[in-house]
Amino acid sequence: MLQIDTWKRVLIWSVCVIGLFLALPNAFYTRVEQSNDAKAAIELGADTPENQALAGQWPNWLPSSLVNLGLDLRGGAHLLAEVKVEDVYEARMEAMWPEIRDALRDERATVGTVRKQPSAPDEIRVRISQPEGMSRALEVVRGLARPVQTLSGVGATDIDVRAEGDTIIVQLSEAEKLASDDRTVRQALEIIRRRIDEVGTREPTIQRQGADRILIQVPGIGSAGELKDIIGTTAQLTFNPVVGRGTDPDVVPGIGEKVVPSIDESGVFYIIESAPVVTGEELVDAQPSFDQNGRPAVSFRFNTSGARKFGDYTLENIGAPFAIVLDDEVISAPVIQSHIPGGSGIITGNFTVEESTNLAVLLRAGALPAGLEFLEERTIGPELGQDSIDAGKVATIVAFVAVLTFMALSYGLFGVFANIALIINVGLLFGLLSLIGATLTLPGIAGIVLTVGMAVDANVLIFERIREELKSAKGPARAIELGYEKALSAILDANVTTFITAVILFAMGSGPVRGFAITLGLGILTSVFTAIFVTRLMIVIWFERRRPKMIEV
Amino acid sequence: MRLKLVPQNTSFDFFSRWKVWLGLSALMMVLAFGSFLLQGLNFGIDFRGGTTIRTQSTQEIDVGAYRDAIAPLELGDVTITEIFDPTFGPDENVAMIRIQAQADSESVSAATVTAVEEALKLTVPDIQFVSVESVGPKVSGELIQTAVIAVALAIGAVLVYIWLRFEWQFALGAVAALVHDVILTIGIFSELQIRFDLAIIAALLTIVGYSLNDTVVVFDRVRENLRKYKKKDLKDVLNISINETLSRTVMTSVTTLLALISLYVLGGDVIRGFVFAMIWGVIVGTYSSVFVASTILLWLGVKRDWSKPSNTAGNQFANIDA
Repeated sequence: MLQIDTWKRVLIWSVCVIGLFLALPNAFYTRVEQSNDAKAAIELGADTPENQALAGQWPNWLPSSLVNLGLDLRGGAHLLAEVKVEDVYEARMEAMWPEIRDALRDERATVGTVRKQPSAPDEIRVRISQPEGMSRALEVVRGLARPVQTLSGVGATDIDVRAEGDTIIVQLSEAEKLASDDRTVRQALEIIRRRIDEVGTREPTIQRQGADRILIQVPGIGSAGELKDIIGTTAQLTFNPVVGRGTDPDVVPGIGEKVVPSIDESGVFYIIESAPVVTGEELVDAQPSFDQNGRPAVSFRFNTSGARKFGDYTLENIGAPFAIVLDDEVISAPVIQSHIPGGSGIITGNFTVEESTNLAVLLRAGALPAGLEFLEERTIGPELGQDSIDAGKVATIVAFVAVLTFMALSYGLFGVFANIALIINVGLLFGLLSLIGATLTLPGIAGIVLTVGMAVDANVLIFERIREELKSAKGPARAIELGYEKALSAILDANVTTFITAVILFAMGSGPVRGFAITLGLGILTSVFTAIFVTRLMIVIWFERRRPKMIEV
Repeated sequence: MRLKLVPQNTSFDFFSRWKVWLGLSALMMVLAFGSFLLQGLNFGIDFRGGTTIRTQSTQEIDVGAYRDAIAPLELGDVTITEIFDPTFGPDENVAMIRIQAQADSESVSAATVTAVEEALKLTVPDIQFVSVESVGPKVSGELIQTAVIAVALAIGAVLVYIWLRFEWQFALGAVAALVHDVILTIGIFSELQIRFDLAIIAALLTIVGYSLNDTVVVFDRVRENLRKYKKKDLKDVLNISINETLSRTVMTSVTTLLALISLYVLGGDVIRGFVFAMIWGVIVGTYSSVFVASTILLWLGVKRDWSKPSNTAGNQFANIDA
């Protein structure tokens, strides 16, 4: 019989109410957006009356997640960059040569004289004058290898060393290349993120794509060219002597000194000497590590000239602080504990593991580690985006009204039920999209319009089936029940197949296409839910009240 | 009083001329494929690289003047089209300029774009560049590959799903209908030279989904009726099933088309190609689920005894009525 348990009724209505509640902010888009921006600004310290007023536009107890608007709707710039990871191999090999030379010189008696041969940029070729000492030479060079941490290879080292006649060939190992590529891309990603955050635009998307690509989308920026300029600016890392520390930003520094803020202690300013001891250009590597007490720290290494300058300076200034300055902000200002001769050192502080990892990234992040090649550039003007939104809105409303009218004319009261369900359906769809923070693109709007058209399909299937069952005169209650029962397999099969294509679209697509796949896929979920549960519940409630002897569908 | 697009009890014979329908579909596919081979698709920059610049000005657009302004830069193949749309205001004159990928660079040359913009500004002082998009040849190659894989994957996944839920004959029928729809859609894009870009692939996959939706609903009824009418000819069972679902087929197509047409007219020119592909797909998809998928099912024949789980090969083709 036509019965739905009370708990099911409560559950169905709750889902609808929660969905519509979540969708609510989108109905007041500009207001909620302003309020959210103001709240974020207040959080960052800009607690002005204007911001308070803007923040008050939307009450706190209401949900405030919005559907993000894609670049094609809001305007902005899109870049797809490929990181030239091979650039790094060359620098690594260059830095390796002095080490190899020094190590082999110590073995001059067995290997003879050492000479670097011309070679491809990602390898070093060294000829030794006494080939009979080759096994010893290889042993020595292999001794320079460092272990690589990888998921697969335990015991892998960072270089491959082999001999060809009297020549030693040193290359980065495959494991190290993989690890290095990954580091390079992450580093580039981190630098790009920092650069764009400095500009302070709303919701930039900076994502890694595949092994060596970075996708950058920044809404509201004038052009892709402007965005490239922002990314291209190099970060300046310096190591400066510290003169003083205080909380007054307006203190007048002495000649050859300047005042810079601290990056993580707010309100703290350092007076440093303008001339750096060493600059980031001389830093070869920085890695997260641990100090002797097992606390997170960052270890770093300079190249030869950097090492000499740093060694001399630390020898003369034990006990004095020096500042690590990135783009005129002090990252950290450790005290020199001892003479640091080898060009490598360790920065300790109150780090968590995560902070030390970030600091290592930032230290390496002096400049982009490798060149970027831009494979795709798109600029969409804000007017075009606004035009698209306006057109999309009108089209959606007209589509909606047309479908609603058509359904009501075709199915009468049942059509009205289906229409209410359709409105709930679109509400739920927006609620879900806001909940997962999905991005609405222009094809996404098309997806919603298509969902509106197709969402009635499940109801049409059911209503047509009820019509057929009514012909066999089993009484209205039985006809409704059979209608739902028998239409179910068709509804499920039809929607599962469409859902499969939506999933494939999502997995294979990118950008706007993906936005379309999300709205289509979620639209299928919500429309099946509203057709199977919501309209049924409405029909059952109506039926219980009226108890009609006969119905017309 | 109810609006009824399809009378209550229909009994059209959809298979009296099934050879004609199948032949017609085959002919259309050959024509579509021929057009594709002869003319090729009008690929957008997503698929062949290059740059498109969308301009807007209050001045009337003189394509010749634009062309003369750009010609000295020697950028190879440059296409300039004026765009008309009912949503544009009176002072909105929009043109689309497409520049081919420059041979010497893997990536995108910002200098080229700037040069074109400067040249156009001299000719049309109030010109605005509302969108500029460039895709390097490296990415466009990959995009084609991904798109082809996506369509193939979708069709493959559907084949497997229907095979599991129904029988292999149903799966073949459904997939034949899908291939038919995809080929006809590609055909119309090549014949009318509508720009074929990444969004059209999304439309293609949606068409696959929609057509399938339709086919599956008919097949579901066929499966049900095969159990119900064990003694009837397959042809009659198919006819009954299609007639029974006809009202629903028409209703759903009409609601979807209503929604799509409003988007086509009012949604702006940016997605018009995309919406056109979907409208075409809905029409072709509805046709193909009756005249291709079901006809092929009739042609292949199906297992008739659905009460036993095993497929006895003996009567597999026993009831083919042809």
